[in-house]
Amino acid sequence: MSPKGKAFAPRAVPGLARPRKPRLPTVAERVLANGLRVVAVRRPSVPVVHVRLRVPTAVRRDEDLARSAMLERGMLLGTAERSQGELAEALQRIGGSLRVSGDADRLLLAGESLRAGLPELLRLLTEVLVGASYPRRQVEGEAARLADQLRRAWSQPGVVADESWLRRMYGGHPYGREHPEADEVLAVPPASLRAAQRRRVVPDGSLLVLVGDLTPARALDQVAAAMSGWDSTGGPSRVPAVRPAQQGPLLLVDRPGAVQSNLRVGGPAPGRTDPSYPAAEVTNALYGGYFSSRLVMNIREDKGYTYSPRSALRHGAAASCLVTSADVATEVTAPALVEVGYELGRMVSLPPTADEVAATAQYLVGILALSTATQAGLAGTLTALLADGLDVTWLREHPAALLAVTPDDVHEVAQTLLAPATRITTVVGDAARIEAPLSALTEVVRAT
Amino acid sequence: MVSSAPVTSYAVERATLRNGLRVVVAPDRSAPVVAVAVYYDVGIRSEPEGRTGFAHLFEHLMFQGSASLQKMDHVKYVQSSGGTLNGSTRLDYTNYYEALPSNALERALFLEADRMRAPAVTEENLANQIAVVKEEIRVNVLNQPYGGFPWLTLPPVLFESFPNAHNGYGGFEDLESATVEDARDFFDRYYAPGNAVLAVGGDLDADAAMELIRTHFGDVPRRTVPDRPDFDEPAPTSERRVEHVDPLAPAPAVALGWRVPDPDDLDAYLPYVVLTSVLATGDASRLRRRLVQEDRVASDVGAHIAFMEDAFDVRNPTALLVEAHHTGDVPSDRVVAAVDEELDRVATGGVPDDELERVQARLTSALLQGQDHVLSRTLAMASFEQQRGRAELVGELPALLGAVTGEQVAAAAAGLLPDARARLDIVAGGAR
Repeated sequence: MSPKGKAFAPRAVPGLARPRKPRLPTVAERVLANGLRVVAVRRPSVPVVHVRLRVPTAVRRDEDLARSAMLERGMLLGTAERSQGELAEALQRIGGSLRVSGDADRLLLAGESLRAGLPELLRLLTEVLVGASYPRRQVEGEAARLADQLRRAWSQPGVVADESWLRRMYGGHPYGREHPEADEVLAVPPASLRAAQRRRVVPDGSLLVLVGDLTPARALDQVAAAMSGWDSTGGPSRVPAVRPAQQGPLLLVDRPGAVQSNLRVGGPAPGRTDPSYPAAEVTNALYGGYFSSRLVMNIREDKGYTYSPRSALRHGAAASCLVTSADVATEVTAPALVEVGYELGRMVSLPPTADEVAATAQYLVGILALSTATQAGLAGTLTALLADGLDVTWLREHPAALLAVTPDDVHEVAQTLLAPATRITTVVGDAARIEAPLSALTEVVRAT
Repeated sequence: MVSSAPVTSYAVERATLRNGLRVVVAPDRSAPVVAVAVYYDVGIRSEPEGRTGFAHLFEHLMFQGSASLQKMDHVKYVQSSGGTLNGSTRLDYTNYYEALPSNALERALFLEADRMRAPAVTEENLANQIAVVKEEIRVNVLNQPYGGFPWLTLPPVLFESFPNAHNGYGGFEDLESATVEDARDFFDRYYAPGNAVLAVGGDLDADAAMELIRTHFGDVPRRTVPDRPDFDEPAPTSERRVEHVDPLAPAPAVALGWRVPDPDDLDAYLPYVVLTSVLATGDASRLRRRLVQEDRVASDVGAHIAFMEDAFDVRNPTALLVEAHHTGDVPSDRVVAAVDEELDRVATGGVPDDELERVQARLTSALLQGQDHVLSRTLAMASFEQQRGRAELVGELPALLGAVTGEQVAAAAAGLLPDARARLDIVAGGAR
């Protein structure tokens, strides 16, 4: 199409200029007497400071999941000194906020404030760590609220699909589920939470990262002054070892009347410290991890089966995995699964072209630069790196490792990363319409 | 606002090319990344009847090739340069943007200029993207509990005219009947360079960037710029109420919407922005305390301005929205009554200085965090330049919000009465 029938001669796409190397952030570090590791980085792009506190406390048994969720939700409901409202006001006054989240490996307290508010932010953070009081009435209210939110989450087909896949992949291991049931959180005794926090939220092994408009040496002193009183004893905990999943038939979760089917296909993957990780990252992206990938080209831009197909690497302390997700029109459920299998098979059978590999590696290098270009992004990336036992030099070395990945490296890592023999598949959809077409492809079992 | 509140400012260079394209360039060398954004002054409100969803469908078509590029080349050039990209369709504008390492700036400018010159739409690509958009609607609306709540479901309650009330995702019949000829007409009419703003920000030299912009955009032919219609319509004079049965929702929800002053009049408008924060930002806010923590009639409550944009990139008419999720054993009238009482408390009791300062500190902090992100800062500049002729507002807003008084916030709340609003109840058809 051109306006009013005018034709425009094609022009050559400009090349890239010389890249400006990102400067590695300067990191100041100290370990406090209570065992807390503190890392501070100056990045004064806006007058704000961010803090991330990572506490390595694991979900080890099935009932821990709901208790962890209630710890997360209960921690800001009041302290020995302040009510929930007073705590929220104190944070608001410094332009601040504090949020608690978690997964099977850890709790994360994330917050920020205007530049001048850092000492107060650290005091409030410590007040919560030392003296969160879990007042009974507030905890019961929060449990009821979380139960409502979980019922809503479980009504979403995407959540059901993700959870079904994790359960098939990890079985009864803590990685096998992310959302507790509403009834489970209602059954957590409010009186148990203070002791649970004392036992599980401890400084030894924890990591505090500060990034923003701060002076690193001074920030470390401020942390030491504010947080030395956090003296709960104990150490980190870890999830049990993950047992390899057994491949089995396609698991079908019935959702009568659904106009789409949610496909999830995946298997184990190397972690960030594995020597094959750069090649695995390129392999994932090239196959389905970004818009230019083969999977998106095929089932979205060629066939129009789906809006947002993707594959992603997910990392836990004890295991990583790669999952392909595609929410497709009900009538093309089986054909879409055939195409996913085709793209996986192609990755395993043939090396990609050198151009594909170079384009993908360059994309991943650029994404890393973009994701560390903000205070919040740098804080999050640094926290994840340091928790994995890596350090800030990874930000310089990893781009070089990505750019060194060859087509043969990708082909080799694809043998295990995308291999049919380890693939686990779940589908959420209208069984009355999709079970027969899927059964014509592969063995199908219904979820009970 | 606390007098020591920090401020930032961004130097802005601007130019208008001979073809009418307005350009703003804002250097910030703190990280080696740049953002490029093109805003076309056309959105969902400009769709003709019988063509619901067309502005959004056309956005998809802008990624399907152009004068010098095959289908998917645009995406591949951006991503293989290490960049990300997207586009979005809103009530009043459609935008296209990239964030990239700074060595890819010229390439990104070329790519945007190429599709401003001439997108390439074929029958095949059109059919493909109609299918993709239908899956987008299924995943976000039709197969999703609370799909479209309230951004698609409340406008037809609050508004009466087609431009303001219709479904911007579009009906499947309208989408399926769209033609290549429709796309050509839409482009000719609305995608003239004089109807667009280009904003470029980040790790760049302003003069060199302006030179590259002239090189690549300078010869995009000038075309007639359409008049932008006034979409204003009368506000409700009695409560407008609708119940909507959501067969997938496990619990009910309710949304309320009131008209607010024309966003163009910042003095009149900003008190409503502060009010949304007083009402529902954080655990210290009025509605969170009352509905969630004390009365426990809602598990979540939110307040914001505009149906799909943020408060600062929407034109008149728009609305202040309050939405709440509650359980089936709480009648929604109880939820709404608590909202009304809290609005009355702000209107009659005002907002004490201490509370106002806290709210303003938090608003400032949130705006600064947005500014730290080269892409969100550049998007905001493009929108401010397009709708208000002032990209510099990106750094000026904290002070403007800080100047709002408690009396102004109280006066804003005083106008949010039951007989001036729209109310939408979601009935839980999926409750077990």
